[in-house]
Order: sequence, then C-alpha cells, then structure tokens
Amino acid sequence: MLSYKAIYVIVLREFKRFFRQRGRLLVTMARPLIWLFIVGSGFTRLIGTDSEVQYIQFILPGIVGMTILFSSMFSTISVVWDREFGFLREMLVSPASRVTIVFGKLLSGTALSVFQGVALLFVAPLLGLGIGVGDFMLMILLMFLVALAITAFGLFIASFLTSLEGFNVIMNFIVLPMFFLSGALYPIGSLPGYIKVFSYINPLCYGVDSFKHIMLPAGGKLSAEMPLLLDIVAVSLFCAFFTFLAALVFERRK
Amino acid sequence: MPVIEVRDLVKSYNGNEAVSGVSFDVGEGEVFGFLGPNGAGKTTTINILCTLLNFDSGVARVNGFDCRREPAKVRSSIGLVFQEMTLDNELTAYENLKFHCYMYNMDKRLTEDRIAEILDVVGLSGRGSDIVKKFSGGMKRRLEIARGLLHRPKVLFLDEPTLGLDPQTRSHVWEFIKQLKKAEGNTVFMTTHYMEEAEACDRIAIIDDGKIIACERPDELKRSLRGDTIYIKTADDSRAIGEIKEKFGLKAKMTEAGLSLLVPGGEKFIPKLFEALQTGILAVNLKKPSLEDVFINLTGREIRDYGPTPSYKRNSHRHP
Repeated sequence: MLSYKAIYVIVLREFKRFFRQRGRLLVTMARPLIWLFIVGSGFTRLIGTDSEVQYIQFILPGIVGMTILFSSMFSTISVVWDREFGFLREMLVSPASRVTIVFGKLLSGTALSVFQGVALLFVAPLLGLGIGVGDFMLMILLMFLVALAITAFGLFIASFLTSLEGFNVIMNFIVLPMFFLSGALYPIGSLPGYIKVFSYINPLCYGVDSFKHIMLPAGGKLSAEMPLLLDIVAVSLFCAFFTFLAALVFERRK
Repeated sequence: MPVIEVRDLVKSYNGNEAVSGVSFDVGEGEVFGFLGPNGAGKTTTINILCTLLNFDSGVARVNGFDCRREPAKVRSSIGLVFQEMTLDNELTAYENLKFHCYMYNMDKRLTEDRIAEILDVVGLSGRGSDIVKKFSGGMKRRLEIARGLLHRPKVLFLDEPTLGLDPQTRSHVWEFIKQLKKAEGNTVFMTTHYMEEAEACDRIAIIDDGKIIACERPDELKRSLRGDTIYIKTADDSRAIGEIKEKFGLKAKMTEAGLSLLVPGGEKFIPKLFEALQTGILAVNLKKPSLEDVFINLTGREIRDYGPTPSYKRNSHRHP
C-alpha cells in the first residue's frame, strides 16, 4: 500500500525546493527572530520582570509554535501550487497510492517544520534558558507531533482549494487566529471565557503548552498551564484525526 | 488482444454528457489519434483511460487491466503526457526524471542508465543538470515525453502534445514522436485538433459532441468523400456551367475561388475538361480532400469554428 521510495522522493523534492528558493529560506529563518527580539524585547520592558519567567523567555516556546504553524500550513501550499501548475497530476497518475502521496506531503511538511524549530532551539541559551540533551530530544519529539498535526490539518484544507488566492484568504483567517489563540503571546488563563473555548479546540494551544513545560521553569504566572500528559494526548488525537481526514479527502476520485 | 478496449463508455458532469457511448479498440504498436474540436470529450476519455476520472457506465480496459477495478496496474503500464506542463520548474531535468523513477518504483540500478538513455533519445543529453525553468517550450515538451517513457510503458498517452507550441517547434515534436515510435515501438494514443497531426496517425477516430462519428485510417476517411475538388476560372462562367452539365452531367458551383467541381480522380479529369470545353479556361486548381473536409462533411462545421476552450471549461478538465 505505501511506497517508501515514493515518500522519500516527495520529501526530497520539497527540501530541494525549500533550499533553492533563497527568498523563502531567508523569510522563514528571519521571521521568528524578528518576533522574538523586536516584539519580545518591547513587551519585556512594558511588562517588567516580576515573575519567575521573563517575557522574552516566555514567548520563545510560543515562537517555536508559530514557526511550526507557519511552516506547516504554508508547506501545504505546495499541494495547491502543484495542482495549479499541474505537477500533482504527475503524482496522481503514477502507480503510487493516494495514501502514499498524502504521507509524502505530510512528512515533508513536518520535517521542514521540525528542521526550523530545531534551529530556533539554539537561541534558547542566549535568552538564559538552558536546554539539556534530554530536553532537546523531547522537544524534537513534541515538535514532530505538533508539526504533523498542523500539516495534516493544512493538507485537509488545501485539498479543497483549487487556486492560490483561495489559499491566502483561508490561511489568513485560520493561521492568524490559531496563532493568537495558542497562548504564544499571552497565557490562555488571561483570556475571557468565551474566547478560551476557541483556544481549547486549537491544536497549537496544546503544542505551545507542551513546549513551555520543557523550556520554562514551572510554577510562575507565565509557565505552562495544563498537565503535560493532557497536552501530549490532545496533540496526538488531533494528529490522528487530521491525518485520517487528509487521507480520506485525497482518496476520492470523481 | 487490443491494447486499449473501450465499450459504450459514458461519462457526465452535472447531468451533461461529456462522453456518450464511445467504443473503440487500439491494437499493439498502433498510433491512434483522437481528432475533434475542444470540448468534444477527448480529454475526458484520456483521463478515464488513465484512471484519473471515474465513469458512469461502459467498459474501459488498458493492457488487459480494468480502469475501474485495477487503477494501479493500469497506471504502471502506461505513460502519460498531459496537455499542460507538469514538470517541476525548480528542479533540474535529471531530478524531474529521477522523481518519476522513484514514483514508479523502478529498480535503483536501472534508474541511472535509463535516465541517461532517455535524455539521449530526446536530444537533451548534457542538459540533465540544468534547471527546467530555463528550458524552451519545445525542450520542456521533449523532457515530458521522455519522462512519460522512462518506465517503458506499453502505451504512451499524449494529450494534445503540441498545444501552445509555435509551428516550428510543433513540427519538431511531431517528427520526434514519429522517430520514437520506431525506436521504442510503443502504442501511442493521442488527442489532437491539428489536422497535420491526425494525418500522421495509423488510425483516427473523429469525435464530436461526445460521440465517435468515424474511426478509420486517414486515407480511407478521405476516400469516403466522393472525390477531389477542382476549381477553374473561365472566360465565361455561366456558359462553362452549361457546357459542363451537358458534356459530363456534373453540376459546377460558383464560388469565390471560381467554379468548383467535385470529381473522383481529379488529376485525370482535368485533361478531359480541357479537351471538351469550348469556353476558355484561364486557371485551374486541384484540391485533394483533407481531414478538414472529412470533418466538415461529417459534422457540417469546421473544426476551428469552435474557437478556444473558455478557461472555466479548461479548469474543470484540469482538476478532475
């Protein structure tokens, strides 16, 4: 059913494209640093450092989450792109099954996100956050789960879209709210009740919280808000659910 | 056993029948052309045969595999070159081909040799490591055809292989397809609305409005017209019309190009005409029947009357 060779070459292609498009590479690497050092340091002055955790430290897990969110969602643009430029048909007409193609796209989006997330982890020591080898490995695992869930979600949406314009509209109505409701910039606890509901159905919310568990000291006002186990279970469920949905919508043939 | 077998194929989109009861066979090694105007059902048929589309009823088999029940087997036994470009512009020619080999699960040891071999066949050896973006339209087309042949398919499907190419490149690509058939011996199934392309096929099916209205060798189709057309300019047209009717029992028609006559074996008729006619003949022109004439004769319309496909229609075909 699954052709590993086909999955491998789909992932390889996405990485080649990623590194060949210099502009995209530059933007994706610079965006989190801009948030971190410009937005982060601005708000650190405003909020002050009366708690265990400094604001600029607090947003690092959030910015890792943001990087994964943007990277995963926008890597699914390649499906829309491939459809618009016909390359999707080259894949669909090959003997590789639809599930193989979905897994190839899922893994390439996930791998690109994890790659960027790992790069960001090297900023942590600069902000006075120590990450040991064990934490580092755990972070990779968590980032993988979160990236997979969001790529699958993006792929599910992208499978309905036939044009790049449609993609931009939907991404802005989904990506930005997901980011602002994830607890990346402020704790979920500080949100009003009716908005909190949207946070709890947001997979990124659990992802960012799990990153906070690993990267930030516990017990402060700005520390993780939910049990780590709940985060992991929730992200895993989202992951399975959206992967199933993405595979399902790709399987149909008119 | 035919390589392609289609019986009573029906496919409709939202209640409109795009293909209504099409039947035909394609034998091994044949170059089979599907000729018809845009929107006649050519692309729909090709998409069904390539398992990209489901169909409502009928039978479609390729290489003995059922298009509905064994899509993966059909897909691995065919090569397909689409109407629109489906290469990855950001990758090199070699990378595009390698992608294909992996998708088709080809033996890794064979891959490198086969890529080098096929690049040579299409005259692109030495260009393998160039990014496809920099290729000309004709080179891209050749690369796509090469890609379609990489996994040695028994049948090569070409959907409007020269659409959007300039006339010179078009004839290059066409030359190349003919050579290819000699070199690789594939069965070729192609759709076209260019008469020159259809002329070179072993057999063509003329499709209009979702139905096949003729399926024959091109010369047979042309023979089915009653004869050649002779155009003459005379010193006195009305007198000439009378004379022709009297001496040959033929009805000559006045046209912009002069008097026109439909006769079998036109080249032998012209000397007789000169001998018999009292009226002075100023000019003569013989036109052998073309597939265009066959098409007009069968449908009452010119193939080009239909104009280009509107973009919404093209999209609905492109995203099945």
